[in-house]
Amino acid sequence: MNIEILGMGCAKCHKLEDMVKLAIQETGIKAEIGHVRDIKKIMEYGVMTTPALVIDGKVKVAGKLPSLADIKQMIGGK
Amino acid sequence: MAECCTTDNGNKKKINYYIPFLLIPFAILIYIFLEQGVDFFVYKILQLDKSAHLTEAIRFFLYDTPKVFILLTVIVFVVGIIRSYFSPEKTRKVLEGKPLFIGNVMASTLGIVTPFCSCSAIPLFIGFVESGIPLGVTFSFLIAAPMINEVALVLLFGLFGWKTALLYASTGLLIAITSGWVIGRLKLERFVEEWVYEIKAGDFQMEERKVTFNDRIQAGYTAVVDIVSKVWIYIVIGIAVGAAVHGYVPENFMASIMGKGAWWSVPLVVLIGLPLYSNAAGFIPILQALLEKGAALGTALAFMMSVIGLSLPEMIILKKVIKLPLIIIFASIVAAGIMIVGFLFNLIY
Repeated sequence: MNIEILGMGCAKCHKLEDMVKLAIQETGIKAEIGHVRDIKKIMEYGVMTTPALVIDGKVKVAGKLPSLADIKQMIGGK
Repeated sequence: MAECCTTDNGNKKKINYYIPFLLIPFAILIYIFLEQGVDFFVYKILQLDKSAHLTEAIRFFLYDTPKVFILLTVIVFVVGIIRSYFSPEKTRKVLEGKPLFIGNVMASTLGIVTPFCSCSAIPLFIGFVESGIPLGVTFSFLIAAPMINEVALVLLFGLFGWKTALLYASTGLLIAITSGWVIGRLKLERFVEEWVYEIKAGDFQMEERKVTFNDRIQAGYTAVVDIVSKVWIYIVIGIAVGAAVHGYVPENFMASIMGKGAWWSVPLVVLIGLPLYSNAAGFIPILQALLEKGAALGTALAFMMSVIGLSLPEMIILKKVIKLPLIIIFASIVAAGIMIVGFLFNLIY
């Protein structure tokens, strides 16, 4: 699984990265995490608000910080 | 909008949707009886001297603080629910293909209700320009969004009354509409960084999740937690300073500095306000006290708009996507608008 966090370095973007790492750790799911900071790349996903969470190329969340439980559900670990 | 990106419940516990509705009547009751309660407490229980400066300051503080907090909580909650119906993506869709003037009006109005934070200013700017929304319309949105925010309106309503709050909102809207329209007419597209137009923004492909009314209540609740936890300290300090001014600074002290006669104070406060990006929370209570001591309403309004609406940090962020001349033009047009509002109200009142 490929997880990307889109954000140009705002506080909530870093928080999202930490939460995703935690979610992966707790569920034991194997995934690669990338943090996309380049605005041109961020725009390619069509989002206008950050932080955004992209899983396998699909935008799952944009403009808000999801809860840990939601992230776990999105990456498929219950 | 200064609040950076809303949290979606974060990891906080969800609340039952009926709790806020049970609390709102209580808040209204406290609000209604607050003044009598505070008077009773200060004069009867503490038995403070009615004519002393300190008594006045204490009474002012005890009355204004809970009043502002009740208003803030209720209004931020309601605004949080309203905002859950809007998103930058939806706003963009609505604005696509709208001609200049109508587009400016709509963008300014939507700027008030669309959730937006300055850290998203760049993706939002690119997203708007990309989909063919005129530059002037985009600017109307970017001007209205920070200037007319719920914290400022709550404080104006609570401390100055509904007339001033309405005046602020409508003149702010007017400035956003006309400034955006002027920027649109000036055809300044050449001052947008070239790479912005080269970006191929992908289609937004997020799966729509069904939003229940309970989710919206949660959004309102989250907004309250987010905003109140951020601004409460500024409000308390602001009201405390305001209370001290109220009790100790002599009547008409401000008249010579910020009064009607001092015409130069309008451009001066706009200049001072530009680099100040204080949040409305701490600033408005102090301003109220100054107004009481003889500052003119137009000057005070101009000061407020300049502090809240024109922010240096936002301009620095925007510098990544637009060139310096456009930033300067943008700041000057908005500053000019604010000054006109200031002069106008000093003339009328």
